[in-house]
Amino acid sequence: MNHDYQKDIAGCGLAGLINKKKNPLSGSHIAKSMALMNDRGNGLGAGYAAYGIYPEFAELYAFHLMYDDHTSRMEVENHLKNNYHIEKTEEIPTRPVEGLGISPLLLRYFVCPLEDKVVGDMTEKEFVVNTVMKINSEMEGAYVFSSGKNMGAFKGVGNPKEIADFFLLEEYEGYIWTGHTRFPTNTPGWWGGAHPFTLLDWSIVHNGEISSYGINKRYLEMFGYKLTLLTDTEVVAYTLDLMIRKHGLDIPLACSALAPPFWKDIDKMPDAEKEVYTALRLAYGSAMLNGPFSLLFGHSGGLVGINDRIKLRPLVAAEHGDVTYMASEESAIREICPKPDKVWAPRAGDPVIVELEV
Amino acid sequence: MFEIDAKGVYYRELNEDIRAAIEAGEKDIVLKNINGQYYIGTGITKKINITIEGVPGNDLAAFMDGPTINVMDNAQDNISNTMNSGKIIIHGHAGDVLGYGMRGGTMHILKGVGYRVGIHMKAHKKQIPTIISGGTAGNFFGEYMAGGTLILLGLDSKEGEELAGDYLGTGMHGGVIYIRGEVDKDKCGKEVGVMDTDEDDMKLIKEKLDDYCADFDLDCNEIMKRPFKKLIPVSARPYGNLYAY
Repeated sequence: MNHDYQKDIAGCGLAGLINKKKNPLSGSHIAKSMALMNDRGNGLGAGYAAYGIYPEFAELYAFHLMYDDHTSRMEVENHLKNNYHIEKTEEIPTRPVEGLGISPLLLRYFVCPLEDKVVGDMTEKEFVVNTVMKINSEMEGAYVFSSGKNMGAFKGVGNPKEIADFFLLEEYEGYIWTGHTRFPTNTPGWWGGAHPFTLLDWSIVHNGEISSYGINKRYLEMFGYKLTLLTDTEVVAYTLDLMIRKHGLDIPLACSALAPPFWKDIDKMPDAEKEVYTALRLAYGSAMLNGPFSLLFGHSGGLVGINDRIKLRPLVAAEHGDVTYMASEESAIREICPKPDKVWAPRAGDPVIVELEV
Repeated sequence: MFEIDAKGVYYRELNEDIRAAIEAGEKDIVLKNINGQYYIGTGITKKINITIEGVPGNDLAAFMDGPTINVMDNAQDNISNTMNSGKIIIHGHAGDVLGYGMRGGTMHILKGVGYRVGIHMKAHKKQIPTIISGGTAGNFFGEYMAGGTLILLGLDSKEGEELAGDYLGTGMHGGVIYIRGEVDKDKCGKEVGVMDTDEDDMKLIKEKLDDYCADFDLDCNEIMKRPFKKLIPVSARPYGNLYAY
C-alpha cells in the first residue's frame, strides 16, 4: 500500500476563550490552541480577535487599518483628521516571520468622533460604522481590520502560528480571544479576507459556508452596509450589528434569527412562543444564514458560539473555573486546558452564550 | 508492551512510528500524551492492541481491519469510517459521524455521541457492525442505515427521557436500532417502525451488553432492567422500483 500519498485535508478551524471575571490572558494561549489545528487550514488566512487589550485607551475607538500603499494611508488619515480626535497613531508592532509573504502596511489609531460631526439623529457608533463603510468601499487599497473599543483584530495570509508570531500576540493580554485558520474555498485568500470579520466591537470567526450570502448581502445593503471584503462571513458581523445594535434584539433572539427553528418545530410550540418565532422568521427571513457553519462571535460583553441547524460543522465547548473555551476540536481546548471541569458538544442551532460578570 | 510518547509529535510522524512498531512485531502499543493527532489506527490490518492516553484526533480507525483500540479519554469526529473488523473502546464521549459506512467490528462508547452516528452503516452475512453508546445521541442517529446494530443506553438519563435527537433513522433501510428509553415517532424518519422488543431481541441485546459491560466494568443486569424500544425499517427497499419502470 502506498502511504506516501499526500493530500491536503482541511475545512477551517476556530477557537475562542473568555474569562468571565476579566482576568487577563496572554495571546499565547489562543495561538497555541490554534496551532494544534494548523492542518484545518492551508496557510491562506489566519487571524485573532482580542478584547481588553487596550485598557489605557478603553474609551476610544481602536481602528486597525490595512493599506496596500502610502497613498491609501494618506487618504484615510486625511479623512480621520477631519472627522475624529486622534489620540494616538502607530504602526501595529510586528516581527519578521520566515515564510510569511509581503505584508501590507498595518496601522492603528485610537480615536473619537469630533462632536460637531456627530449631528442630528446620528449616534457615535453609527458615525463610526459609516466611516468603516466609507473606507472599505471608497478608499482604494485601504481596509479596516477592526473598529471597536478596547479590542482589535490581527489577521493575515499565513498559518495560525505565523500570524501570531508576526503580530507578537503573546505580548497582548485580553479577557476574550478568538482565533481562526482558513481554508478558502470560494473566495480569494488575501489579508483582508482572513478572519475575524469585525464591525465596532463585533468580531466573527467562522467555519463553513454561508450559501445565503447573496440574500443576506442584498438585505444588509438596504440598511446602508457595504460588503466589500469578498467573503461570506462578512455578512454575519453586519447582521449582528443590525439586529442587536440597531434593532435592539437580545443575543439569544439574534442567534435564533441567524439559525431559526424549523417550521415543523415552531408548529409544536406553545402559542406565545409560536408567535415570537413566527414573527422572527418573517421579519428576519433574509437575515437567516443558510448552509453549514459553526461560528464564534465576540463582543464587548461576552462570547457566543453557534452552529447551523443540523450541525454540519463541528463545535466543542468546555469550562474550567472562570474560563469557557470553544473550538472546532476538543484537542484544541485540551492543548491549553488539559483537565476541564466540563466538556460538551453544543447542539445544532443552540447557542453557547457566555457573558462577562464584571 | 511498546510505548510511544506522542507529546507534540506531528500525526504523520506518529503514524509512521506506529506502523514501524507493528512491522517490528509489537502487539501491544501504548500511546502516551496524545492530543489531536489524526488517523490513528487507520488502515491497520493486524490484530494488535493500541491504548491511547489523551484525546485522539479525527479519523481514528478509518478503514481499520483487525486491531483493538482503547481510548482512555474522550474522542473526536469521524471514527471508524468504513471499518471492516476490530474493536474501539472509548472511555468517554465521542463526536459526530461515527461509523460512517462501517461494515464490521465493534465500537463501545461509555458516554454520549454526536450527530449522524451510524450513518450508512451496512452488513453482509457474518459482517455485522455494532455501535453502543452509554449516553445520548444527537440528530440523525442511524441515518441511511443499511445494516448492523446501534444501541443507545442513556445510562445517566432518567427513565422515560428521550435519548436520541431528531431525524432518527432517516432513510434507514436495514439494520436495527435499540434505544433504552422512549422514542417520539414524530422524530423518526418515515421509513422507521418503532416497536417493543421480543425475546430474540433481548437475547441479542444481552449478548452485546455483556461484552459492553465487561469493557467498562458495568452491571449488565441493572442496565437490562429498563425496557428497550426497537427501530427497524418498515420498507426494505423503498426505492427498489425507482429505475425499474
